[in-house]
Amino acid sequence: MSKEPVAVVGIGQTKHVAARRDVSIAGLVREAAGRALADAELTWADIDAVVIGKAPDFFEGVMMPELYLADALGAVGKPMLRVHTAGSVGGSTALVATNLIAGRVHGTVLTLAYEKQSESNAMWGLSLPIPFQQPLLAGAGGFFAPHVRAYMRRTGAPDTVGSLVAYKDRRNALKNPYAHLHEHDITLEKVQASPMLWDPIRYSETCPSSDGACAMILTDRAGAARSPRPPAWLHGGAMRSEPTLFAGKDCVSPQAGKDCAADVYRQAGIADPRRDIDAVEMYVPFSWYEPMWLENLGFAEEGEGWKLTESGVTELDGDLPVNMSGGVLSTNPIGASGMIRFAEAALQVRGQAGEHQVEGARRVLGHAYGGGSQFFSMWLVGAEPPTS
Amino acid sequence: MPPIRDIAVVAFAQSDHLRTTDELSEVEMLIPVLHAVLDQTGLKTSDIGFTCSGSTDYLAGRAFSFTMALDGVGAWPPISESHVEMDGAWALYEAWTKLLTGDADTALVYGYGKSSPGSVRDVLTRQLDPYYVAPLWPDSVALAALQAQALIDAGETDEPALAGVASRSRASAVTNSHAQLRGSVDQGGYLVRPLRVGDCPPVSDGAAAVILAAGERARELCERPAWIRGIDHRIEAHGLGVRDLTDSPSTRLAAERAGAFERPVDTAELHTPFTSQEVVLRKALRLGEEVRVNPSGGALAANPIMAAGLIRIGEAAARVHRGESDRALAHATSGPCLQQNLVAVLEGDPR
Repeated sequence: MSKEPVAVVGIGQTKHVAARRDVSIAGLVREAAGRALADAELTWADIDAVVIGKAPDFFEGVMMPELYLADALGAVGKPMLRVHTAGSVGGSTALVATNLIAGRVHGTVLTLAYEKQSESNAMWGLSLPIPFQQPLLAGAGGFFAPHVRAYMRRTGAPDTVGSLVAYKDRRNALKNPYAHLHEHDITLEKVQASPMLWDPIRYSETCPSSDGACAMILTDRAGAARSPRPPAWLHGGAMRSEPTLFAGKDCVSPQAGKDCAADVYRQAGIADPRRDIDAVEMYVPFSWYEPMWLENLGFAEEGEGWKLTESGVTELDGDLPVNMSGGVLSTNPIGASGMIRFAEAALQVRGQAGEHQVEGARRVLGHAYGGGSQFFSMWLVGAEPPTS
Repeated sequence: MPPIRDIAVVAFAQSDHLRTTDELSEVEMLIPVLHAVLDQTGLKTSDIGFTCSGSTDYLAGRAFSFTMALDGVGAWPPISESHVEMDGAWALYEAWTKLLTGDADTALVYGYGKSSPGSVRDVLTRQLDPYYVAPLWPDSVALAALQAQALIDAGETDEPALAGVASRSRASAVTNSHAQLRGSVDQGGYLVRPLRVGDCPPVSDGAAAVILAAGERARELCERPAWIRGIDHRIEAHGLGVRDLTDSPSTRLAAERAGAFERPVDTAELHTPFTSQEVVLRKALRLGEEVRVNPSGGALAANPIMAAGLIRIGEAAARVHRGESDRALAHATSGPCLQQNLVAVLEGDPR
C-alpha cells in the first residue's frame, strides 16, 4: 500500500490589512477561495471536500463558524471539516486536507484558513478569566519574551539580532503585494528606535493584527496532470504536540518541533537540511524566533542560529532565504498565518512568487507553531513529484 | 471505491453523564475516560500512532481550551496529534483518514464538553450567521421546534408519536449505566410549542473516547473488532429558509457514500437530541421497524455536546464487540436542525 501523491495546484490569498470593513467573514474567505480556484483553473464543482481552519472562535465571536460558512465556500452537499490547533492551525488544516487525498478518500480538496481580527479583539479573546487556571498574560508577547531572553542568555547572541530579522522581513514584505505591512521608509535604525514592548521585544519586532484568508487547492496525481501551472508536490508533512507546561519542557527549543522536523525530513529524504533545502517560510511572530527556529529545525547547531541571521544567510538573496514573503512579522491573520507559510513554500517551488521569488527554489519548508510553543505543523514541498 | 485499508473501532469508554460536575474541570472529567479506553487494549499513550480530539471553546468559555486536555493526555514524549472544533465523531473521521494513509496503525480519539457552566440554549445561538441571525438570539430549542412543527404540518408525525420516541429512548437507557435520564420521564409541558420538556435532551456534562486500529493490529487488540465499512459526512446550507426541514439530504448522501444502503443494518445509533429529529433521520436512512434504534437511549438520555456524536459510534461499536450487532449504523450531527451529518457503518466479522 502506498499513499497517493499530493499536489498544490491553486493558491489564493487576500490582501491582508488591519480591517476589511468592506466584506463579511464569508466574503473574506470566498475571495481567497475564488482566487485559489482561478489559479487552478477549476470551479466550485471540481471540489470534493472543504477543510477549514482558524484560531479561537472567540477572536470573531462566532462558535464553529464553518456551519455559517458552508454556503460561502461551496460546501453544501460536501464534506466540511474544521480544524483548530491554536497558532499552528493553518498548517495543520492543510495537512488534514492532504490526508484526504493521500488516503484516497477524495481527489481534489479546498483547504482554507482565515482570521478577521477586526471583528473583535484578539487580546480580549485570549484573556477570558478562568477560575483556578493560570491567566494568559496580556498578549502573546508577554508569554514569549522570557523564552527569547533565555535564548539570548543561552547562546550569547548580541541584542542586535532581533532587529536585523525585523528589518529583513519588512523589506521582503515590500516585494509581496498581499503583505499587510508595506513600510516603504523602513530602516534598521527605525526598528531599533521603536518602543520596547516586552523586553527584549520591540514594537517593530512584533507581528501586526490582520484580517485575511489563504486558500489552497490540493489534488491527486491525476488532478496535477491537468494543472495549467506547475504544481508543488508534497514530499513530507507532520504534526507534533507536547504539553503546555511541565518541568522538562525546553521552551527555547521544544522537542515537539525537533521531532516534527525530523519526521518531515525522513519522509522527504532530507539528510542535511542546511544543504538540501533551498528556502524556508517559518512562523516568526516575534523577530527572535528566526534564530531560535533555525536551530530547532536543524539548519544550525544549537547556539549558532543567530550567526546565520547576522551573516546575512537568511536574506532574500542569501544562501538560505527565510520568510521571503515578509513572514508573520509583516502579516498576521492568526488562524491563516500557518497556511500562508505553507502556501508561500508552494509558491516558491512553483516559481510563482513574483518579486520575492528565490531563483531555483526546488525544495522549500513551510513551518507553523502554536500554543505555548507546543503545537507544530510542517510540510516540505518540491518542484518535482516525490520518487517514492 | 472501498477503503484501501481495514480500520476498526477496538475500544470505547465514556463518563457517566451528569447535569452538573462543578467539582471537576474538563480535564479531570476526561482523564478517567482516557485511562479506561487505554486499559481495554493495554496500550499506553506512547503506543498510540495518532491522537485526535473534538471540543469547543464556547462551552469552556475560553480560547484554546483543548490545550489543557492535551496536558491530561500526557503528550510526552511529543505525540502526533490534532484537534477539530467539532463533535468527537469528526475527530474520529480525521483519525480514520490518517490511518488510511498508512502513517499510523492506531489512533486515540476523544470528545468532551461541559454544558453546565453556562446556558446551552444561549451558547448555541453563537453558531448562527453572526450578522443577520445571531443578533436575534434564536435558541436551539426554538429552532428544533420549527423543525418539529414543519414535520407535524407535513403529516410526518404528531405529538403522541414524538412522546413515544421519548419514552422508548428513556426506557432503553435503563440498561445504560452512563445515561442521565432513564426509565419513565414525564413529557411535561411545552418548552417551545410543539416540543415538550420530554422531547428535548437533558443538559449534560460528559466525555467519551475511542481507539481505532488498522488491519491485524485491530485483531490483536480486540476479540471482535467493529470494522468501519464506510464513513462519510455532508453539510447543508446554513440558512433554515433554504432547507426543507422535514428532510435530511446530507444524511442520505453520507449514508450512500458510507455504503449504508448496500445491506440492511440491525442497529442504528442516531444523534437526535430532539424526538422530532429521529423522525427525519429514520426516513433519510430508510430505517424500518425491525432496526433497533438507539438501544443506548441516545441523546435524549444523555447529550454531552461535542461527545454525543462520538458516543453514538462508540455505542454502535460496543454492540458489535459484544456480539449484539453484526452490522450497525452510527450517526452524528452538528449545527441547527441537523445541518451537518456524519454516517458510519460498522460490522463485525461473520459468525
